[in-house]
Formats: sequence, C-alpha cells, structure tokens
Amino acid sequence: MKKDIVQKIGFSFLFLCILATVLFLFVIIYFLGVNGAKVLTWGFLTQAPKNGMTAGGVAPVILGTVYLTLGAVLFALPLGLACAIYLCEYSPKGYIVNIIRISINNLAGVPSVVFGLFGLAIFVKLFGFGVCILSGSLTLGILALPLIISSAQEALTAVPHSLREASLALGATKWQTIKRVVLPAALPGILTGVILSIGRIAGETAPILFTAATFYLKGYPKSVFSEVMALPYHIYALMTEGAHPAEQTAIAYGCSLILLILVLLISGVAIAMRQKQRSQFYG
Amino acid sequence: MDKQLKMRAENVNFFYGKHQALKDINLDIPANHVVAIIGPSGCGKSTFIRLLNRMHELLAHASLTGRIYLDGKDIISSSIDSVDIRKRVGMVFQKPNPFPKSIFENVSYGLEVNGVKDRQFIEEKVVESLKKAALWDEVKERMHESALKLSGGQQQRLCIARCLAVSPEVLLFDEPCASLDPISTRKIEELILELKKDYTIVIVTHNMQQAARISDYTGFFLLGELIEFDKTEMIFKAPKDKRTEDYITGRFG
Repeated sequence: MKKDIVQKIGFSFLFLCILATVLFLFVIIYFLGVNGAKVLTWGFLTQAPKNGMTAGGVAPVILGTVYLTLGAVLFALPLGLACAIYLCEYSPKGYIVNIIRISINNLAGVPSVVFGLFGLAIFVKLFGFGVCILSGSLTLGILALPLIISSAQEALTAVPHSLREASLALGATKWQTIKRVVLPAALPGILTGVILSIGRIAGETAPILFTAATFYLKGYPKSVFSEVMALPYHIYALMTEGAHPAEQTAIAYGCSLILLILVLLISGVAIAMRQKQRSQFYG
Repeated sequence: MDKQLKMRAENVNFFYGKHQALKDINLDIPANHVVAIIGPSGCGKSTFIRLLNRMHELLAHASLTGRIYLDGKDIISSSIDSVDIRKRVGMVFQKPNPFPKSIFENVSYGLEVNGVKDRQFIEEKVVESLKKAALWDEVKERMHESALKLSGGQQQRLCIARCLAVSPEVLLFDEPCASLDPISTRKIEELILELKKDYTIVIVTHNMQQAARISDYTGFFLLGELIEFDKTEMIFKAPKDKRTEDYITGRFG
C-alpha cells in the first residue's frame, strides 16, 4: 500500500511539471496574442512604417525576415546536406572524421553573437559585401549549418543498411544508391532538420545585428546588397530606441506575434510536406 | 563434376580483421542447378555466398585470398568492376528489402541504374520479371502502389522479380524464407525450382528439409570449413563425413 502512495505522489509531481511547462507556453502565447492583436490589422501587414516608427505597418520588416531566412536556407541546405552525405556515406571511419564531427557539434554551441562578429569580419569587411541581406543570410546560414548537418546525418544513418545492399546488388553504383534510394528515404528526416533550423534562424537577432539589419529603411530592399529591416531586430530597436515608447511598444508586440505566426506557418508547411512524403510509402 | 561449370571457388580464405571466417574453400557450382549451402549459425555460409557477387567489399577490415571464377574468369581480381559482377550475379536477401517506392519502380530500378532509357522496353521487362517471379497476377492492378503494402511473401517475390529484371545469370539466395510463413515459403521454393531452367542458383538455408526439397547439390559448412560437398541425395542419404551425418540427423545444430 505504501509503495502505491509513493508512486501516486511521484506521478502527480511529474504531471505538475508538465502542467507548469504547458502553462508557461500558453501564458506567452496569450500575452502576445492579447497585446499584439490590438495593432494587428490588414494595414499593419501590408503598409510600410510611418511617422518615425509610430504608425503604419511593418510589411518591409516581415519581408526582410523572409528574405534573410530563405537566403540562409538556400545557402546552408545544399552545403549541409553535402557535408552530411560525405560524413555518413563516404568518409573513412577514423579519428580525423571524429574530430570533424565533434567540431560540427561544437559549432552548434557557439553563442549567436559570435557568429554575428564573424559575419561582420568576413562577409561585411573581408569580402566587402557590406551590411546587407547577403551578409546576413550567409551568417545565419552558418548558424544553421550544424543543425542541418546533424539532423541530415541522423536521417541518413536511419536508412536501413538492407536498402543500400539491395541497390548495390542490382549493379547500382554507390552514388546512384545514395541519390535514388538513400536520399529519398531520408528526406522526411532532412526536412525536419530544415524546419528546426528555420525556427531557430528566423528569430535570431545577434547574427544580423552587425551584418544585415537596420532600424529604418525607406521602402523595400532593392537587391541582396541592400540593408534590410527584420522582425527580431525591429522588436529590439522599437523597445530600446525612439521617442515614443507607448506606440512603439504596441508595434513591438505586433511584430512579436507576427514572428511567432510566421515561424509556426513555415513549420506547419514543412511538417505537412514531411507527412505527405511519409504517408505516400509508409502509410 | 560432369556438368558445365558456372562458378567455382578455389582455395578461398576470408578474414574479418584477424578472425578467419572461411578456411580454404573449394566448391564448384554447375550451370542451371540449385546448390544449397547448409550449416549451423556462424559457420560462414552467408559470408561465403556474399563473396560470389563481391558484396563483401562493403565491409571494412575484411580480406580475401584465393580465386572465384565466373564462366572461367576470375572475378576477384581488381580489374573487374564489382558493378558488372553484380549485374550478372543477383542476390535475394534474408529479409525482404523492397525500396520504399512503387511496385513498378522497384522492378524498373535495376534497369534504370544500368542506363536503360527505352520506356517500352522497361515496361515489358517489368511485366516479364513479375510473371517469372509468380507475382504478376497479384499486383497487376496496383503497379503504382507502394511495395511496402505487400505481404512479406509478396515482398520477397518482388525482390526476386527486381533481380530478374537486370537479366542475371546466377541468383544468390541468402536464407530467403527465414522470415516467411510456410505457405509463402512453399511458393518461393516452387519458384526456385522453376527458375533453375534459366538461371544458376545458390541458396543458403537453415532448413535442411528445404535443401533436400529443392537443391541438386549440397555443401555442408562448419566453423568456416566446407566439410562435405556432394549431390544432395548423397549428403542426406549417405554422408561420408561423421560431422555431416551428426548435423543432418539433428545431433547438433
């Protein structure tokens, strides 16, 4: 009997922990929803900022975040996938490869502001791109690389060895096997990595602080060499600069809500793609 | 051996690292016959047939000495591409391993990776292979459904059809019925008997009745050695070696 009670108390405690976590999440969403919804109108989504950031909308800011995120994925996905394929399928097992693996994992732990400084030194200064979308995307891309590499590696390793054998036994080369059997089977897992990294980089402030973002830009960015407004940095700027804290705070909440929705939307689309891919053959 | 020889292993030794998995194997595989390899787990029988289409090359730290001939040509020498060998010597594995693709794509895969572009030829070959593998009637209405929706026995016949599509000369079966029910097993056995008209077949099996039912020759492996190799009826009725007799009468296994 006594054991039974101890067990019940234990499980109740675990349940409370879950409850607290979920509660935090809902409080955040509720808080953002209530405060952000006040400014969230059609005009807010489609217009450019007016009157020194105290009125108008945030359309160029949203677009800026989309550009930066897309640019980062375009850069990091092919590069990361290539690294993962090499590490999983081709590299001889040995200590050099282990060092590479450990380095990649460590890269994931580097604070994002360090990536920002690196981007400033390399892309902005050394390559002379200047503060622009290109520099910001590349910096965010490097931040996303370890995430994409490790999730792609996991996905590739999870493809059963028997499928590789089946393909090779039919006279396929190693590359044909990877391209036609291993990669398609690993695609859902690879997409998961992309989803996670999008969620991460869309909200990053520090890496774009010195490489891409600006508080105010007249109109929309014209090319990849333009400075850009982006949601995370915009929120930061609205809360720390300017002379109209009341109006600015409201807009900052609006931006936060949009950022949250944007990330959820992108994740939703990617999850749907992944499910479709999976159910097609495993369903 | 009086029959025409398709494959031949000569003084084959095989090592995983320092462990010697096969010891001085000499074995002849006559054309258009079924050769069964029997023996207890870990005796090297699966290791042996994987040498016959050079699948052992996928293993790290493995080394091989000796010669393996296909139509009188040594296939181990490095000047021959393993891709070419595997086209001629197909393999069906222990567990059905269809690709997560449609039934059609599973069978057409081998042709496509070997550079066949003619769609009409591919389609004809797919149907022909599925018919030969005795699967066509069960799948002709659902060629574009996932192969993973088939039953285990159907999947294994699909894997056989997939092999046949690339027109191999030799078929290697590595315990093809190990994960199948008795009815599916019987279908595969009937199929193997049918296939030996056109192909040379080597089958590894745990099941001695299976070896007795379908094979013409049987080799008994024990601890990496080929103890005895003879006509199947001789092995089962009048084994020459005491160890073979002990194994087939179930005294160990």
